[in-house]
Amino acid sequence: MPTSLVTGNSLLAIDVGASTTRAVLFDVIEGEYRFVASGVAPSTVEAPFKDVSEGARNAIQSLQNILQKTLLDSTRSLIVPSQPNGTGVDSLVVTISAGPAIKTIVVGLLKDISLETARRLTESVYTKIMDTISLGDTRKPQQQIDSILRARPDMVVIAGGTDGGASRSLQKLLDPIGLASYLLPEEKRPAVLFAGNAKMATEVQSLVGSFASSVHFSHNIRPSLDVEDLDPAGLELAQMFINIRKKQLKGLDSLDLWAGGHTLPTSYATGRMVRFLADVYGSKKGLLSVDLGSSAAAIAAGFAKKSVLKVFPQFGIGEYLTSLTAHTSLEDILRWCPLDIPTSVALDYLYQKALHPATIAATPEDLALAQAVATQSLFLAMQATQSDFPKDAAYIKQTLTPLFDPIIAGGSVLSDVSSPGRSLLLLLNSVQPVGISTVILDQNNLMPMLGAAASQNSILPVQVIESGAFLSVGTVIAPVVSARYGQSILKAKITYSTGAESVVDLKYGFLETVPLATGEAARITIQVGRGVNIGFGSGRGVKNMSIAGGTLGIIFDGRGRPLDLPGDPVRRRELIKKWNWALGGG
Amino acid sequence: MIVPVHHVTGLTTVVRERLLPISGSVVARIQQKVSAGDVVAETRWAREHALLDIAHALKISPVAADALIKCQVGDRIKAETEIARGKGIFPRTVTAPRDGRVVAVGGGQVLMEVGESKMQLRAGLPGTVVEVIPERGVVIQASGGLVQGVWGNGRIDTGLLVNLMDGPETVLAPGRLDVSMRGSIILGGIIKSPEILQALAELPARGLIASSMLPALLPKAREMKFPVLLTDGFGSVPMNSLAYKLLSTNIKRELSLNAENYDRYSGAHPEVFIPLPTSSEPPLADDFRELAPGVQVRMLRPPAMGMVGSVVSIKPGLTTLPSGMRAPSAEVKLENDETVIVPLVNMEVVG
Repeated sequence: MPTSLVTGNSLLAIDVGASTTRAVLFDVIEGEYRFVASGVAPSTVEAPFKDVSEGARNAIQSLQNILQKTLLDSTRSLIVPSQPNGTGVDSLVVTISAGPAIKTIVVGLLKDISLETARRLTESVYTKIMDTISLGDTRKPQQQIDSILRARPDMVVIAGGTDGGASRSLQKLLDPIGLASYLLPEEKRPAVLFAGNAKMATEVQSLVGSFASSVHFSHNIRPSLDVEDLDPAGLELAQMFINIRKKQLKGLDSLDLWAGGHTLPTSYATGRMVRFLADVYGSKKGLLSVDLGSSAAAIAAGFAKKSVLKVFPQFGIGEYLTSLTAHTSLEDILRWCPLDIPTSVALDYLYQKALHPATIAATPEDLALAQAVATQSLFLAMQATQSDFPKDAAYIKQTLTPLFDPIIAGGSVLSDVSSPGRSLLLLLNSVQPVGISTVILDQNNLMPMLGAAASQNSILPVQVIESGAFLSVGTVIAPVVSARYGQSILKAKITYSTGAESVVDLKYGFLETVPLATGEAARITIQVGRGVNIGFGSGRGVKNMSIAGGTLGIIFDGRGRPLDLPGDPVRRRELIKKWNWALGGG
Repeated sequence: MIVPVHHVTGLTTVVRERLLPISGSVVARIQQKVSAGDVVAETRWAREHALLDIAHALKISPVAADALIKCQVGDRIKAETEIARGKGIFPRTVTAPRDGRVVAVGGGQVLMEVGESKMQLRAGLPGTVVEVIPERGVVIQASGGLVQGVWGNGRIDTGLLVNLMDGPETVLAPGRLDVSMRGSIILGGIIKSPEILQALAELPARGLIASSMLPALLPKAREMKFPVLLTDGFGSVPMNSLAYKLLSTNIKRELSLNAENYDRYSGAHPEVFIPLPTSSEPPLADDFRELAPGVQVRMLRPPAMGMVGSVVSIKPGLTTLPSGMRAPSAEVKLENDETVIVPLVNMEVVG
């Protein structure tokens, strides 16, 4: 039996998503923290329920039924802390992504510097940027006021002024904000975050303080022209987000009360977990988490010196699907579809699915369309994040994604374990990883919950991660290469622990898999042709490298990067079908 | 499992809050009988503002400018009215650029609301005012038939219902419209061409109830001055049989069409209300109900999208669907007697 210093407490984590609410119990088993079980219920954020705590109670009830353990008392309140008779839990954390995107105005002095930094900060939670104001804005102040009044923002994020720098210009930007807020009914006034020149704090308070619902101050996110520091402001923004949500969504305040204030936006909690894992594992490659859910597509990446967190409600596969066509064409969505589906049908699908976001694909045709939409949504989210990845990260080519290992995928579409091959193809097509990466499905959407739990218990996330609570899909080897279809680009020899060997001759345009079970390791030797790069340099392979298995084993993606789909639709659909089959899908 | 109810019912009592988006004055009284078109509250609001920088215009300090400003917050001012006059032999002046109302004065500046317009909130359905919410609106109670929709263009009106549907799958052709339908609400099936909307606008019609519409037509539908309501969705979705039956048996009856925008968070739905005389108050419609055998449901996704059926049984555990996905599901007997397995999340209770 493993020994441990953990004498610990049980922890319940609740994640309130747009469609689904999950309750997950972590507890100490044989001296170490483990994921015990997960209860799921439909979210109740929307009418007619309009009370997020109801869905949470139902999810806990479902967990109770699985565990045969009492967690709720007779009034359906959570029993916390746990009682001597074994009922209840010791602590609770809550994460939430449900609710309408927070309408935000972003203000920065210089369009390309502080405004861009403020925009990046704003995009770390579930926001819709309604307008931006900077010194370069050619509108008159009254036009800015009218724009703010039309937008009725929930939040204003202001940055600008290097520490110790000029402060006058910022005042000019704050006047319209203060006046517009003053004109809004008191209950509609926005919360304001100022994360600029610290010397301006008093002035900000006097110009907008009395007209905002609340004013928050954080460290300067752009303390000098060449330094960007989003972390302290990120936490402040996350807390503002929760406060706004508490006003918008009934029942969240009671959940937050149960949780003793440990409530975080799902994206922020995931970002925290990614930073934590990147620090713990300290790989030269980045660590990537992608989450595609109803409310948003969220990308979190951790590197040695920097982390990136981007949330895109516009690329969520729920209520905002109708606006997807503002960012992409129907033809670009359908290029991922193995079936010949007219664009008009795809458009009808987007509108119908937006009407009923919680519905799922019951027929193969509907699933093919749903997967195509999800692939394009995640592809767009990755493209929109590309410029935020640090320039000094490990790349094969700067125009491609950095080298990532591992890649963790969550959200309703990606974490469906009924077909890991389907999830993997979606991921390979949208993220287009390069080099060698292990791919992990977060089937219980634990990442945000562990991120939230980390603030209460720093041992728990590490022990749960190492306990196999995630589903390892396998190791992907994706060479960067341009070649003719069918040309041999890579040869690999896999030596299993039993001594058995398997050989792969990967051809350009093909996907191949070699079995290697979850929990098993093998040695791999890879030889690559001239101009082929798997992360060790052009034309350089690797000898006797240890490689981890997974549900699909080792996956060789010989389709090149960036993935170039054939223009001929018949040929393209045939290829997509082949790739589906290669990964065990239909 | 408790699920929301989509209302399609022949007789019920509805209670609806009608609120101004900003504060104003409520003109309806408690217990007042109102018809759908009656104004229950009104307000004024300005779409634009004018910011007059007096200090800058007079080339003086903000403090000095404040002393010269002649208007106060709340003053209504005509265009060209003098707002401030400087000092000296040839003093500079600042005048109001347009008619408006002063909303803020200070710091050497004057902020005016201009381009004010009147906003009137109509009852939306005939009934009794059972509550007045000061400065915001009223709560109205009424009894009759109710058909909720899934999309509306934000307009409200009343009129006699004219049926142009031959069955739930009818696609409305422009040639079906004629001048005798002027001032009516048209029950119109599936809308696939912009000419329909144009022809309805030219009649003019008082409203359109359609089962579905091509998404490309939605911007034009939003521009229509009459209410447009979709009962079932987008594309070519037939009208669910319950709504079709209820509406097509109320032809030539005056009904209220409130095509307000669907809001999943507030619960606002576009809806058709058919006022009916009742001797006693029918029960309020349930907003949610237990999904159980015998309950009437509507399919929200293929393969039987739009069809109505009744739950035969809830399957234990997870069921593997033809798509390969696994989900809690139910066996449902459709109105065409076919039995299908449907994920619970792909249906809603109707009634």
